[in-house]
Amino acid sequence: MLLFNQLQTYLYLALVLFAIGLYGVLARRNLIAVLISIELILNAASINFMAFNRFLAPHPAVGQVITLFIMAVAAAEAAIALSIIVAVYRKLKTVNIEEATELRG
Amino acid sequence: MNPLSSFFSPQAVASVAFVMVVGLTIVGALIAVAARNIFHNVLGLAASLLGVSGLFLYLNSPFVALMEILIYVGAICIAICFAIMLSEPLHLPRPPRNKTKLLGAMVGAGAAFVFMALLVKKTKWIPAVERSKDWSITTIGHYLLTNYALIFELVSLLLLVAMLGAIVTARGGRGKP
Repeated sequence: MLLFNQLQTYLYLALVLFAIGLYGVLARRNLIAVLISIELILNAASINFMAFNRFLAPHPAVGQVITLFIMAVAAAEAAIALSIIVAVYRKLKTVNIEEATELRG
Repeated sequence: MNPLSSFFSPQAVASVAFVMVVGLTIVGALIAVAARNIFHNVLGLAASLLGVSGLFLYLNSPFVALMEILIYVGAICIAICFAIMLSEPLHLPRPPRNKTKLLGAMVGAGAAFVFMALLVKKTKWIPAVERSKDWSITTIGHYLLTNYALIFELVSLLLLVAMLGAIVTARGGRGKP
């Protein structure tokens, strides 16, 4: 059985990508770095959809359609997040999440 | 079959290329979260996304692989580069990292990884009884315009709203302080 013809390979790979992204979200303090980590997590989800689509699903077009939707939503999310980051930088002169504490009670 | 031709058999070449694609994905992801320079993070993200599009090629979907390169590498990474240029200058001194926080993040991510790896190992994955062999792009187009037409339209509306929202959020205050 070849390595790239097994469902488990792709699932573990997506899991590694998810864990790396989760670490980035938890550990980084730069807002843009947090956004980059979120993109990694979304990609892990896409790999999972495509792997299930390739190995399990009854019709192979469905997983591809859903992956395309994930990409579109990720693009919208990135546009909004980046504009918020630029606005935050303009207001607070920092993109560090530990210094942007205006809402603290 | 002599050893040289078995070394260059399609399976062997495909396996070596697969290992390289996986390596590109994981190393790129590590650079994307671990490097201190935010610009290196973006380059690592681009490398990782190229690797993911290679994986999509291995999963029989060249169309989605091309879309991955076009949307993620071509659009999102470039947009992040613009945001970096518009925000903090790179030469400023950065506060030192908090070791406890890094350790906590590592433990949290590791726990999630172990839990889900056990889940993947334990589950029995059963393929659908009857699987269609239709991988053509035409079918994807048909699905987008019939079964998933509503979601397709909703996504286009979402992109429009995101575009307008991004303009409104980022524009304000060029003249104001």
